[in-house]
Parts: sequence; C-alpha cells; structure tokens
Amino acid sequence: MKPEDFDLFSVLVKQRSGLVLTRDKAYLLESRLTPVARKWNLKTLDDLAQSVRAKRDETMLRDITEAMTTNESFFFRDQKPFDQFRQVLLPQLLKSRAAKRQIRIWSAAASSGQEAYSLAIILNEEAAKLQGWKVDIFGTDLSAEMVERAKSGIYSQFEVQRGLPVTFLVKYFQQVGTDRWQVKDNIRQMVQFREGNLLTDFGPIGTFDIVYCRNVLIYFDQPTKTRVLEAISKVLTPDGTLFLGGAETVLGVTEKFKPLENERGLYVLTGRTGATAPVPPAPFQAATV
Amino acid sequence: MKSCLIVDDSRVIRKVARQIFDTLGFSCEEAEDGKVAHAACLKKMPDVILLDWNMPVMNGIEFLRALRREPGGQTPVVVFCTTENDLNHIQEALTSGANEYIMKPFDADIVRSKLSQLGVIEA
Repeated sequence: MKPEDFDLFSVLVKQRSGLVLTRDKAYLLESRLTPVARKWNLKTLDDLAQSVRAKRDETMLRDITEAMTTNESFFFRDQKPFDQFRQVLLPQLLKSRAAKRQIRIWSAAASSGQEAYSLAIILNEEAAKLQGWKVDIFGTDLSAEMVERAKSGIYSQFEVQRGLPVTFLVKYFQQVGTDRWQVKDNIRQMVQFREGNLLTDFGPIGTFDIVYCRNVLIYFDQPTKTRVLEAISKVLTPDGTLFLGGAETVLGVTEKFKPLENERGLYVLTGRTGATAPVPPAPFQAATV
Repeated sequence: MKSCLIVDDSRVIRKVARQIFDTLGFSCEEAEDGKVAHAACLKKMPDVILLDWNMPVMNGIEFLRALRREPGGQTPVVVFCTTENDLNHIQEALTSGANEYIMKPFDADIVRSKLSQLGVIEA
C-alpha cells in the first residue's frame, strides 16, 4: 500500500472512530479493507483510496470505518468483571436502589452483544432478588452491522463455546439450524442495542449505574481517551461504577475517575468518598411484588 | 502436575488435543475407546478426561456412566469433545455426569476457556 493511501485511511478511521492505526498495522488495513474494495467493485486498495478522494461517499466511508473497528468478543470475557458485577456491585445496588428499584447498565462498545447478554444472563440467575425491579441493559456500538448482529442474538458454534459454560448454553440458547445458536427471547428482551459513537454526543441516553467500556480506550490516543472518559463521567450516577479493560486505566488520563480500592478494573467518580457507595437504610420489603 | 486422559478413536484428534493439554501443563495419557479408557481409570483416576462420543467397542456415554459408578469415579472432570452438536446429546451428556461439553471443531481457546471455568486451570 502506498504511504499516502495508508495515511488517507488511517486519518479517516481516526476521525470517525478514534481508532489509531500506526504504520505497523498496514497488514491489518489491507486484510480488512480488501473485502470492502471488492464490495464496491474496486480491484485494489489503490482504487478504493482514489474513490474515497474523489467521492467521499458516506456509505463507503462508513464501510471502511466499520471494517477497521470490528472486534471479536466473547461471552463472559475475562470472567472477573462479571464476578465483580455479581458479587460486589449487584448486592450494593440491591441496597442503594431499594427505593427506586431500577438499575441501568451500559455496554459502551457492545460489539456483537456478548457482554450485554452475559450481564442479562447473570441478572436472570439472580432473578429471585430482582422481583419487581426494572433493569435496563443498553448496548451501543459504532458499527451498524455489529448492532444488527447483537440484536439478532445469533452466534456461531465457535462463539458460544468461548467463555460460555455449557449449562448456560442449554438454559439460555436455542439451536438454529445445525451450528448456530440464538439467545432466547426472555434474555434478548432484557437488552436494547443501538448505534452509538463514543466520540460524538451520546444523545438522550439518561444516566447509568454501571458502564462497561472495556478494551476500547486501548485503540485511542491520549486526548481521545480523556474526551471519552469525561463524557462517560457525565452519564454515570454519582455512586456509579465504570469497568475498563485489563490494559486500560484512568491514571494520567483524567481526573474525573479514580480506581476503586481492592477491585481491579473498576473506577468511580473522584468526588465520591470512601471505597463503596453510601448505602441508605433499606425500606421494609414486601415478600413479592 | 495435573493429568489428562484423552479418549478418542482418531489418532489425529488425540494428537491435537495432546498438544493443547501439553501447553497447559498437563501430563497426558491416551485411549482409543471407552474400554481402554475405563481400564486406565481403574489403574489411576486422571484429573481431567477429554471424551469423544462415537467410538468402537465402548462409546463415550457408556464409558462415562460406567466411570461414575466406580469408587473414586466422581472425581475426574469430564469434558465431552464430539461432533454431536444438538441439544439432546448435550443434555444426555450432562445428566450422565459430564462437567462440560465441547462441540467439534475445537481449538485451544475453547479448551482453555472451559477448563478455567471449571477451575481446573487458572484463568
């Protein structure tokens, strides 16, 4: 690939997604963009670059960005952030939200939806404690294609075996054809997916008690990381929690967040005091609702 | 060192599986059918058994049922690894005492993720 073509694509992708492509990623660019060129009936990436320069067709620019930003995802990826949710955050929220009986969670780079569905599965496992509660799981991704996949809840045999215990496969999925599996309706109904770009205004999405934004910041440069984290800080409830990926941190990036003591990968707003949220006394609870 | 018994009638699959388990730090034994596997278990119960379903002489599900009846036969973690990929087979395996289920084709990632969920290896 010509250096000027590489620059053209990398600037485009950076502007639209925040993803930083360094020169050593030329192979990645070539392997991901060749199918895009083919889709547009162009023979080479040279032709694709020329077409971008000449027309700046919105759909083509979008195809290029999406091809570069699609990432693989797994159910219960890294396991620990889901254990922390179930064992640490959920018990806290059951107390602190006892009056409101509402929990809102945002999977901020939802990809094909596995993170959001993993959380829905956990919540279903804990359903007895959540009788009468309203739980919203909201998933956004930059890619329209990913959002469609996430909504469908259909995964390949490979995908449902990475990270998903077979007991959950049996309980929460139905087989579609010979080697595809679809998340059952009761779990799909717990999650809403829509397109969303972390670099632009989030729009009227409300506030969240928990935001998962894992393995996204690693692709951004420093100013973009800061921008994204500060935007997230504005949609987090004052005692809310942010999950970042294992290789990500807020330290040296923003003053808005601080790490939560003893809980790796969890961050809370700096203004918040103590290691855990102040818990108001729980009101008397009726047996069932 | 943890031990693994790889039960599959295909030598190629046994070799692939063995490489994966070697990398994960297991000592491996192999068996080409359920009967050979059963005899190996009576000598010494392995920590993990990777088990094919369709095999000559004694198939995987027959072996599993026989194993679970043996003294000490509850201990090994049994992971089915088979081309049978429908819900009925999976449910039959689980009710017969399997701990996990892998649908072929499989790779090292899948094996690792299943074993770490089972607590057999570190995440």
